[in-house]
Amino acid sequence: MSPAIEVTDLTKRYGDLRAVDGVSFSVEPGEVFAILGPNGAGKSTTVEILEGHRKRDGGLVSVLGIDPAKGGREYRNRVGIVLQSAGIDKELSVREVLDLYATAYTRRRPVDEVLEAVELTEKADARVRSLSGGQQRRVDLALGLIGDPELIFLDEPTTGFDPAARRRSWELVRKLTADGTTVVLTTHYLEEAEQLADRVAVMSGGRIVAEGTPEALRANADSGTVIRFALPSVNAPLSDLLDPLVGEASGRDRRIEIVTSAPTADLAHITAWAVDRGIELQGLVVESMNLEDVYLQLVGDETGDAAT
Amino acid sequence: MSDWRLLWRSIRAENRIFWRTPIGAFFTLGLPLIMLVLFVALFGNDPIGTEYGDITTAQFYAAGLGVFAAASATYTNIAIGLSMRRDEGILKRVRGTPIPPWVFLGGVMLSAVWIAIFATTVMVGLGMVAYGVELEAAKIPAMLVSFLAGTICFATLGVALASVAKSAASAPAIANATMLPMGFISNVFIPLDNPPKWLTLAGDIFPLKPFAVSFTEGMSPFSEAPAFEWDRLLVLLAWTLVGMAVSWRRFRWEPVVGASTGRRSRRAAAI
Ligand SMILES: Nc1ncnc2c1ncn2[C@@H]1O[C@H](COP(=O)(O)OP(=O)(O)O)[C@@H](O)[C@H]1O
Ligand SMILES: [Mg+2]
Repeated sequence: MSPAIEVTDLTKRYGDLRAVDGVSFSVEPGEVFAILGPNGAGKSTTVEILEGHRKRDGGLVSVLGIDPAKGGREYRNRVGIVLQSAGIDKELSVREVLDLYATAYTRRRPVDEVLEAVELTEKADARVRSLSGGQQRRVDLALGLIGDPELIFLDEPTTGFDPAARRRSWELVRKLTADGTTVVLTTHYLEEAEQLADRVAVMSGGRIVAEGTPEALRANADSGTVIRFALPSVNAPLSDLLDPLVGEASGRDRRIEIVTSAPTADLAHITAWAVDRGIELQGLVVESMNLEDVYLQLVGDETGDAAT
Repeated sequence: MSDWRLLWRSIRAENRIFWRTPIGAFFTLGLPLIMLVLFVALFGNDPIGTEYGDITTAQFYAAGLGVFAAASATYTNIAIGLSMRRDEGILKRVRGTPIPPWVFLGGVMLSAVWIAIFATTVMVGLGMVAYGVELEAAKIPAMLVSFLAGTICFATLGVALASVAKSAASAPAIANATMLPMGFISNVFIPLDNPPKWLTLAGDIFPLKPFAVSFTEGMSPFSEAPAFEWDRLLVLLAWTLVGMAVSWRRFRWEPVVGASTGRRSRRAAAI
């Protein structure tokens, strides 16, 4: 089967800013694909190009065999779009909004079924204005589903939710995708990507910096232990210290960080080297690397606030 | 076939939105009616000197304010409504569905025309019931043609104004700054009897006076049936084409970056 989405070397600039800088990936039919990254990484720009909302500057994009930039009505009939933020006419009731949009699609899901799926049956006749932010977000989701799409885009579907509401939304997305709908999801919550996605692309600064199943990313994380310390100025050649190590060493300003799968052996070698030369290793720590570490390492420091 | 169904549904949805926004309904329907009652109370209902000859206050204002209400219902309401909904991201949502642009805009415009029909009918009806305003059957076709040409013209100009307005904050200001001055030189708020030449000319060029005059001629006892004002209708057609050209070139579905009204950011914060 040909991929549902094929993106090759996609680029998008806003003035001097390279918001999307040579991104490539593909998504198989029925797959749940997450783009994970901090605010400003270029996630929305990428999905909105796939949705046909924005024009790209370069690269090839094919979604369901169609170029979204030229897809027009036929294309939009086959995809569901949940934007990061989009209004709904607040004077209409939930059912009226769904009825109206449902008429636009050639395939459609029954309104009652969709209402039930997003748990808004009781609010069906309430004005959109009277709904909470979370309930309005579920109307967004309902509108994304009403045309029974082959593929649905979810741009940060749970941002701003409290943890309990987020967990309920995950259940919802799982339920909705059990029937084989292809999903492209963006999020800046690591846990959300892990919970929902078959495959994750980590995006930062307009580039994809890692890609794989959550298990593969986690396996990477679990296999790693980090040894960190700082060297005082020494005359001894560092190759004696670093070359025999099993793990990968990196360092800046005499701060050394070693990611290793053999922490015991590497630590023994390091401490022996230091004791032999009468060197005290400052701030020596050994810790196991978790998924959060992997993610933060991939996307850099800027995530500090976004990941909370 | 299903596009027509979709158009019908969007007209109905737009209509519901209008009636469920009481403040808009008041300005569009209530205010012009209050003005009619007020003007007749202030000036009495004796014949006054107008461009059409000496006709009663109510005969003049039921037509003039009826046209004003129709123009507000189309031009002002569409301009404000569309730019507000663009800022809120509603237009962007619509653009991401298979709803064709002509169906969406057609729904907005036709619903506004329907509300204009309602507003003007109530205005003229009140004049007939309360103030002895008279219609002649032979001139009604001319009134209808003028009304359709005028409301379609102002609806198109409303879309055009929404296309050039940067945000929902500037749209009402532009709408009022254009409508109100036009109101004073167009036989709508005050009867013009021998105004200075330049004022006559200014009125003739802009679309409100051609709308008001062609409609009021159909209600004037001095005009000769069938009372079609073809040169006025031609001006309306020209403005319709201007509105279409501007909308075609400038209409946007997405909010202008950096021109958000705060409503959008509140929504974003709530999510
Ligand atoms: N319409 C735009 N005009 C100019 N800059 C933009 C626009 N949209 C996004 N950007 C910038 O592009 C970068 C990527 O934004 P975005 O795709 O929204 O990231 P994300 O969705 O990952 O938070 C950001 O630096 C953002 O400020
Ligand atoms: Mg985003």
